[in-house]
Amino acid sequence: MAGQKNFPLLMELGAPGRRAYLLPELDVPNRSLEELIPDQYLRSEPAPLPELSELEVVRHFTNLSRRNHGIDVGFYPLGSCTMKYNPKVNEDLASYPGFASLHPYQPEATVQGALQLMYELEEYLCEIAGLERATLAPAAGAHGELTGLMLIKAYHESRGEGHRDEIIIPDSAHGTNPASAAMCGYKVVEVASSERGSVCVDALRKVVGPKTAGLMLTNPNTLGLFEEDILTISEIVHGAGGLLYFDGANANAILGKCRPGDMGFDVVHFNLHKTFSTPHGGGGPGSGPIAVREDLVPFLPVPVVEKRQKSVDLAGTGQNIDEFYLDYDRPLSIGKIKGFYGNFLVMVRAYAYILSMGPEGLKQVSEDAVLAANYLMAKLKSAYELPYDRICKHEFVLSAKRQKANGVTARDIAKRLLDYDMHAPTVYFPLIVEEALMIEPTETETKAALDEFIDVMLAIAREAEESPEKLQKAPYHTVVGRLDETLAARHPVVRWQGGKDMEAKARDE
Amino acid sequence: MGYPYLPLTPGERQEMLSAIGAESVEELFSDIPREIKLQKNLDLPQPLTESELIRHVQELGDRNISLDTHTSFLGAGVYQHLVPRAVYHLANRAEFLTAYTPYQAEISQGVLQATFEYQTLICSLTGMDVANASMYDGATALAEAALMAINITNGSRVIAFESIHPDYRAVVETYLRAVGAELVVLPTDRGTADPEALRPYLGKDTAAVLVQQPNFFGLLEPVDEIGALLEDVPTMFAACVNPISLGILKAPAAYGADIVVGDGQPLGNPPAFGGPSFGFMAAKEKYIRRMPGRIVGETRDEAGNRGFVLTLQTREQHIRRHRATSNICTNAAHSSLMGTIYLAMLGKEGLREVALQCAQKAHYTAEQITALPGWEMLFEGPYYHEFAVKAPVPWTKVNAALLDKGIIGGLPLAKMYPDRPEWENAILFCVTEARTASEIQHLVQVLKGVR
Repeated sequence: MAGQKNFPLLMELGAPGRRAYLLPELDVPNRSLEELIPDQYLRSEPAPLPELSELEVVRHFTNLSRRNHGIDVGFYPLGSCTMKYNPKVNEDLASYPGFASLHPYQPEATVQGALQLMYELEEYLCEIAGLERATLAPAAGAHGELTGLMLIKAYHESRGEGHRDEIIIPDSAHGTNPASAAMCGYKVVEVASSERGSVCVDALRKVVGPKTAGLMLTNPNTLGLFEEDILTISEIVHGAGGLLYFDGANANAILGKCRPGDMGFDVVHFNLHKTFSTPHGGGGPGSGPIAVREDLVPFLPVPVVEKRQKSVDLAGTGQNIDEFYLDYDRPLSIGKIKGFYGNFLVMVRAYAYILSMGPEGLKQVSEDAVLAANYLMAKLKSAYELPYDRICKHEFVLSAKRQKANGVTARDIAKRLLDYDMHAPTVYFPLIVEEALMIEPTETETKAALDEFIDVMLAIAREAEESPEKLQKAPYHTVVGRLDETLAARHPVVRWQGGKDMEAKARDE
Repeated sequence: MGYPYLPLTPGERQEMLSAIGAESVEELFSDIPREIKLQKNLDLPQPLTESELIRHVQELGDRNISLDTHTSFLGAGVYQHLVPRAVYHLANRAEFLTAYTPYQAEISQGVLQATFEYQTLICSLTGMDVANASMYDGATALAEAALMAINITNGSRVIAFESIHPDYRAVVETYLRAVGAELVVLPTDRGTADPEALRPYLGKDTAAVLVQQPNFFGLLEPVDEIGALLEDVPTMFAACVNPISLGILKAPAAYGADIVVGDGQPLGNPPAFGGPSFGFMAAKEKYIRRMPGRIVGETRDEAGNRGFVLTLQTREQHIRRHRATSNICTNAAHSSLMGTIYLAMLGKEGLREVALQCAQKAHYTAEQITALPGWEMLFEGPYYHEFAVKAPVPWTKVNAALLDKGIIGGLPLAKMYPDRPEWENAILFCVTEARTASEIQHLVQVLKGVR
């Protein structure tokens, strides 16, 4: 059933009048809706939702899930996404009623445990970043970027330097960097990478100036390479009066090895859903806390979790205990950037992860992640082009240039991998590598799993030489064949309308 | 000692180093300048085993009072509804939970099809033509709607009513300030919007009018009148709605909304101390290429079989970079999946019943409370499942007395509207289908005794 072609949609199932869930009978006086709310506000017909039995719903979503790859299913070397194992115990903790069943507007005295958890997580992240304070409010990495840039803007404005309106971004950066800068009203200045794959220091010197608000940098960068000139870069940007923003997408490479704050970064975001093992859930929710150096603290979004001493009279002893509270009284704050306090249940999972690893464990995480990536790189560089042949960090980028000469693209290689129940690497990113295949194995895979991936990649490279046409039509063993993305974009069908319009649109073409 | 999530053995590490041609792991970090190499361990607690971790974290959880042990009448953006157990069981299947964004469509048909179904359900509820795959939450979805309207109309001003959730307004304000746009907040002295107050602002400078239905006070806004006013002007109409209320309330398309957003938490997601939830966004078809975020579209494979892919990606940051419609990448897919399964479980009649029972129980509770001496409704006018009442005693006393009896009282408006002294002792109560008659009677009985 899971492998069925044209798997039915929810809307194509069920029957009128069928129910999957019943409410308790109404136990207050049964007054008609029209008596309560004037007709002008009401809909005349119920919303057209499907009508299924519970088992129909259960089978539908169970089989849909079987049509999906996840970390728990198999290898997931999606570069820049850090698809490491998501510990089961953390799911249990996040669904504990003492966390999951809290209302954000409960009195602070009734949520002391939640606030303490947030306070401590903030402390841990600051220690890992080497910075002063953090906000846990951003809901994702890109949201952290936007928040961080707002802080940078507020900082410059507070110093009478609001005219600084340029953000410098390397050409290898994630697309979210320039997009976040634009959302913050900044002009984007791109800086080229050197032939070693790092920020070109000379090029950077040429673009910094009195208009520079800051530089956004991923380190290690999206090629998986550590920016060896980071101290010079920091000096150049700071020297011009700009600030340094650290995109933490690749922080899995440096835990306990070095800290963004020590490199000179002023604002840092972490992706809890990458580095700190919280599940991606098919695209979210994530969490993108940002940590900042001391003089940016006044601008942090509200509320900030704070701690104070409260004296309690325990059996006449008059002790002091910690009391946690939400501080909204921050006149220089950029304001609110998300509803309530951020993605709290994601924070619970990340907190649990940090506590289960400890300081040496986190260092081991980065060491193993880097070891695994270098191992794959060493084993694959004979079969694929390696544009930057130097030690990598937690990921590396191959190019399918050699295969392309034979008509096989990075996309074809990616699709063929799916036939082996493996997710593909990130493809066509970073943009500066032709036919890019960006590979991030993470630290949670066994050597046997890494070896299996190596074998498959080598087999695919052979296939690319011997029977390229086979790769061009891959995948073969998935529930659908290669899907036509052009058709989807040319005739957007983004909701079910009786199941006929795709054919109609295709016919029109 | 070892770590449960780190499977490499010392022997395997050695083999891998040999294959690389490195002497030690440290050699793999030789590209980090010596000056910044951390010379000590991070100052973090020593690791806990699983059982120790459970004990520690649950102890923290036990320091909170949860809605599972107390009866709550809080709403204001986060709502406690009855959730079919199947929602958790299905959404937490590991294939959904441990997947990334569905970049490789052929092995991600589960998430992609579920998202296509989600988009369809959001369109069914709102009456709109198109929906995206989700936003972070309701507040950021409203902010993105405002930015979307600014980009479409080239207007530089956005109008919002005071009756919009104050936290949502605060988020919109933060987003607008970053692009140099202005947020004008129109007062709602009587709790709801005065459509006539919009007239001076209609025109090409005003990108959008933001209206929440039902509004923060639970009241129903004159959306038909607002829709009529905005029909023939460039200013766009962005409605922020409660998805459960759409079980009985008019679909926003019917009153002329151009963009519809809201928070999806009421659809099968736990209160979660405010997050994660998901934001939804729907719009008229002509705006589809101006929407932020991911969109899933239907397509075909080479054999003509139906399948689903991420589509219209040229709007997005990974292709368009600084010219993208938004910077959003990660969204709230898993929370929206819970919403999808919730709607599938409730179905057409179930959702209508939930919405109806909410309205019935809220109205019953309001009547019971206002029958007490000194308690009166703060505002007149029709409402859905929240209402503000003025207390005859300070709200602090009210909520302390309730908490003492195991009840978490409503939200004091003083916390959200410090500049409205006339609303000082008003409390916003929410009553959903999850509250029972006896819980409501208990509430009223305690209120009666508050002095």
